[in-house]
Amino acid sequence: MELDKKLIGHEFTPFTATVEAGKIKLFCKAIGEEDPIYSDEGAAKAAGYRGITAPLTFLRALQADDPNKGGLLRLLNVDIGLILHGEQHFEYHAPVVVGDVVTCQEKVVDIYDKKGGALWFVVQEMEMKDQAGKLLAKGRGVTVVRNPDAAKK
Amino acid sequence: MATATAPKFADVKVGDELKPLVLPPISRHQLALYCGGSGDHNPIHVDIDFAKKFGFKDVFAHGMLSMAFLGRLVTSWVPQKQVRGLGTRFTSITWVGDVITVSGKVTGKREKDGETLVDLEVKCTNQNGQDTLQGTATVALN
Repeated sequence: MELDKKLIGHEFTPFTATVEAGKIKLFCKAIGEEDPIYSDEGAAKAAGYRGITAPLTFLRALQADDPNKGGLLRLLNVDIGLILHGEQHFEYHAPVVVGDVVTCQEKVVDIYDKKGGALWFVVQEMEMKDQAGKLLAKGRGVTVVRNPDAAKK
Repeated sequence: MATATAPKFADVKVGDELKPLVLPPISRHQLALYCGGSGDHNPIHVDIDFAKKFGFKDVFAHGMLSMAFLGRLVTSWVPQKQVRGLGTRFTSITWVGDVITVSGKVTGKREKDGETLVDLEVKCTNQNGQDTLQGTATVALN
């Protein structure tokens, strides 16, 4: 298997995700987060937020709302069991709160291999904007793809 | 945990350490909750048959679950609205039963775009002393 470097520059179809209180609640339960700014509107406003706030890494969970979820796997034509998360970086421009309608745009910015092609690295960048077009956050992720050919050797 | 009150920029020194966060052992239940809560339904984190098929001895934690722990550490120190950046490399796999400690220390102080910023090194370390995440964070302090 070889990944096609011509995919560098590929832009995924943008999608919008509405930030929902129930999803934040379950996310916080999973990560053990109990600060009331993530569950109680009054507490969030008293702390200076516009509303119930999305935790820092919840932004990645918003990407699960992509109707074309799994687009990278289809683009690369690899099985989900072969990928690992290599890196993730966020740059925060404004807090994301319940009710925000967030537009996410993601693209492939680099593809390279290591260990003689046994591992491939796909670098993606993502921008999130609110309903008014204001930048909320930027993301940069690296997906590691284990080459099934190398695994067989 | 109550919302953090931010330290003052002038009071923070390079080398200062944040109070570490010691987490309960990673359980299969937590991975199931994170599967649903994050929308990352990759079966490799919850279905042992699937994980074995792809060469793993067991299911393992989502990298983003541990990155959420880095976020918890940073927001236990400063309010979230003052966080400007959080990033990490996932350097080794976190298995079910692992006991993760999240730690951080100040590595730099600077000014950018009229804000006074503090840079941190943040990481997750397992019970064997091995780093599972090696990250950085940037916060704005007054």
